[in-house]
Amino acid sequence: MDFAFGPEPCMAIGHDILDIGSRKAQAKRQRGALGDAMSPAPLELGMPGQFDLPNVEDPARYCRTNFASVCGTGDEHQAVKFAKGTTTLAFKFNDGIIISVDSRSTMGNYISSGTVQKIIKINPFLLGTMAGGAADCSFWERNLGMECRLYELRNGRRITVAAASKLLANVMSSYRGYGLSMGTMVTGWDETGPQLYYVDDDGTRLKGRYFSVGSGSMYAYGVLDTGYKPDLTVDEAIELGTRAIYHATHRDAASGGINNLYHMTKDGWKFIHAVDVNDLHYKYAEEKKNAMAT
Amino acid sequence: MDSVFGVCYNGGVILAADQSNARSILVYQENLDKIAELTSHSAMGVAGPNCDLVNFTEYVAKNIRLYELSNDGTKLSVHAQANFARGELAYALRRGPYQVNILLGGYDTNEADKSKEGASLYHLDYMGTLHKVPFGAQGYASYFTLSIMDREYKENLNEAEAITIVEHCIAEIQTRFMLKQPNYIIKAVDKDGVRVIKYGSDPSDN
Repeated sequence: MDFAFGPEPCMAIGHDILDIGSRKAQAKRQRGALGDAMSPAPLELGMPGQFDLPNVEDPARYCRTNFASVCGTGDEHQAVKFAKGTTTLAFKFNDGIIISVDSRSTMGNYISSGTVQKIIKINPFLLGTMAGGAADCSFWERNLGMECRLYELRNGRRITVAAASKLLANVMSSYRGYGLSMGTMVTGWDETGPQLYYVDDDGTRLKGRYFSVGSGSMYAYGVLDTGYKPDLTVDEAIELGTRAIYHATHRDAASGGINNLYHMTKDGWKFIHAVDVNDLHYKYAEEKKNAMAT
Repeated sequence: MDSVFGVCYNGGVILAADQSNARSILVYQENLDKIAELTSHSAMGVAGPNCDLVNFTEYVAKNIRLYELSNDGTKLSVHAQANFARGELAYALRRGPYQVNILLGGYDTNEADKSKEGASLYHLDYMGTLHKVPFGAQGYASYFTLSIMDREYKENLNEAEAITIVEHCIAEIQTRFMLKQPNYIIKAVDKDGVRVIKYGSDPSDN
């Protein structure tokens, strides 16, 4: 009897599952035989579906000299200066996660926008924050949104936050050294409860209680480290998230505009407010004055 | 800036690593576990960027498991695991290396030949150097602690004595090293497998 139906009839079904990550699988992938979604695909420059690279001899070096991130590798007299300068933060507490960001976008000394949405809605249970290069963040988080939706369609259930953040970290590590600039927090609520991950352009992926990312993050950490405890009420948590961003925008010239704040609950994310930090300034000044008067 | 040490003793090996992760001037986390368990009886302490640490340890651990699954459960010896890791580091060296410096410790059980049973410690660097050592350190830690280990190490230590040496090393780092490394995780590998001796901050607390 002949089983000349499909390739390699002698192999059992699913044999390639065990090969993921092995050199055999890598060689196979390069031949184009194995195109599974589990392992990050190897970079095939200029192929459809791959992120476009400059058509020069050494794209990595070209990216480093022209687009390298200023805080990461120093200003190498690059031709393109990134739109960046941000304060973003997210923290877990007993009633969920607070995600709070500013809205300023700068290009060097110039404020290019004061109304940027730095929280990206990946799906009703997943949010991502943007810090670093605006284009890199929005492109790769939109891409993550697509991957998460595909996962949902393939598997009939929502992706976990751990898996979603790992997808993004895998992309970041495969483009490491190519000059991407991204610092993000991936937050969500899945079957294991509230989850918060930090993912950045050098492939770092950390799980934690609270993170702050961006040029104003040190100022935000100051307020957050002082005021954070897990048993905050929702109102206290919102107040802490707002204040941390306000104080960061007050001291960091590259942060400002509007404070956008979201609350992640077991029913998905909830938009809480979008407040001009200038209004917050006068509100807090008034509160301080009243407190000192009594 | 990571610190990793290891000390062999009679019947096992102690591995210790700091628990911090920092980027530029910011400390992001102080409860990491940089000692990855490869099998039930081997672990590696890794100094290097988080990205390479995770990618390399997962890759090595899964391939060791794959070997077991595809060879009727034949377990790789610690020596074989170290040589596999070395080979992968050397392979990666000219194609965007894994920036990892490693101490790999493990315990071999061998019912047939009792003389092959026991603990061992291997020192690997990112360029693919492999050395079997009785004790070792990676990163800036080595400048501060190798003299302590030279001074205090002797053959046939017991577990408590080995832990004492590691604790002396940690104390020295915390007095003389400029950077803050408040938390350390210490693990032991012996005939019963890998276990956590102590940590400064619980890695699962997040």
